Amino acid sequence: MSKVRVATVWLDGCSGCHMSFLDMDERLLAVAGMIDLVYSPLVDCKVFPEQVDLTIVEGAVSNEDDLHKVLHVRQRTKLLMALGDCAVTSNVPGMRNYFTRDDLLRRAYVENAQVNPSIPTEVIPPLLPKSRPVHEFVKVDIFLPGCPPHADLIFKTVADLLEGRLPDSTQKARFG
Amino acid sequence: MSTAIITFIIDGRDVSAREGQTILDVARENDIPIPTLCSLQGLHPVGACRVCLVEIKNTPKLLPACVTRPSEGMEVITDSERLRQYRKTITEMLFSERNHVCAVCVSNGHCELQSMAENLGVTHVRVPYLYPRLPVDATHARFTVDHNRCILCSRCVRVCDEVEGAHTWDMQGRGVDCRVITDLKQPWGTSESCTSCGKCVHVCPTGALTEKGKAVAEMVKRTQFLPYLKTMRESWS
Repeated sequence: MSKVRVATVWLDGCSGCHMSFLDMDERLLAVAGMIDLVYSPLVDCKVFPEQVDLTIVEGAVSNEDDLHKVLHVRQRTKLLMALGDCAVTSNVPGMRNYFTRDDLLRRAYVENAQVNPSIPTEVIPPLLPKSRPVHEFVKVDIFLPGCPPHADLIFKTVADLLEGRLPDSTQKARFG
Repeated sequence: MSTAIITFIIDGRDVSAREGQTILDVARENDIPIPTLCSLQGLHPVGACRVCLVEIKNTPKLLPACVTRPSEGMEVITDSERLRQYRKTITEMLFSERNHVCAVCVSNGHCELQSMAENLGVTHVRVPYLYPRLPVDATHARFTVDHNRCILCSRCVRVCDEVEGAHTWDMQGRGVDCRVITDLKQPWGTSESCTSCGKCVHVCPTGALTEKGKAVAEMVKRTQFLPYLKTMRESWS
């Protein structure tokens, strides 16, 4: 049996959801035996491959790079899972949404700068007007809220998917 | 004095109501669960949150169980796919209307809105978030009101009026502009009517009203005082 092609993507989040994924501990061995991790911050692969079975997205869509990534990933993925509150609700990244983009950049890069106060124009991707959840841009097939979602919940959901079932919709998942 | 007894049906079960009881009162007496947010034992019901909506046979509208009185022979349905969908949507709209960032909220893990979403299986919010810019009033010496987390249930208004007798809290505005206010919409710390009793803080279902000095997930509300006070007052009067 060919292995399930799985990718994970890190957008505007703290990587805590990836940490919670790793908190599956010894169960990672069982999962690793069933999947090919074809793209992830955890593996060294620069280009998002084609024909991915499952992509797990952590983080909100906050800048043009995030947006480009999430659109690209969606095209190449059968099932897309929004993992954690940032991906599902925009959560903490969304707390900048009450300010305009200009006010925010000025506060961060000019008013609070110790040296060279100027708004960057290179390297850092331009911010979108608001940080928003993944499903406001692309279709999301599975939602797993939590900050972060508990490793047991991630394992149950991933295990269900790897065994060809849609995750149990009655299982309890909570924001926060 | 004779008390009229009404017999009606909830979810196929024959139940009876005393005069003045609502569908919610009777359901609770019979251990039939109906989800609620704005309702609180000891305060008058207002039907503000709408999550207690129920179906009534031969009535096209859904009606809030907390303020609807049963009539003889009425057939009430408290759980159906239609009701579950409405309750989920209502909860999602509450999340989208303000800025409920559960992860960094003092009430994380002790919040009635958060557990409502969990129990109804709300895994995401299908309507666009509004992200309004809302104030936090920390002018009171001991308490804070954070409008980002308010669901306008009006429990604070009712407990302050009906139990404390101060009527410091009230509502201003309509729709998405509606806010809870203190006195004549002035900073809470400048309120002359507030007795600083803290009842509003402890009946608040979310992290909108909190005690100062609490960090994330530390704000545990204690509502037990309310039925106790009510019973004591009734027995004295």
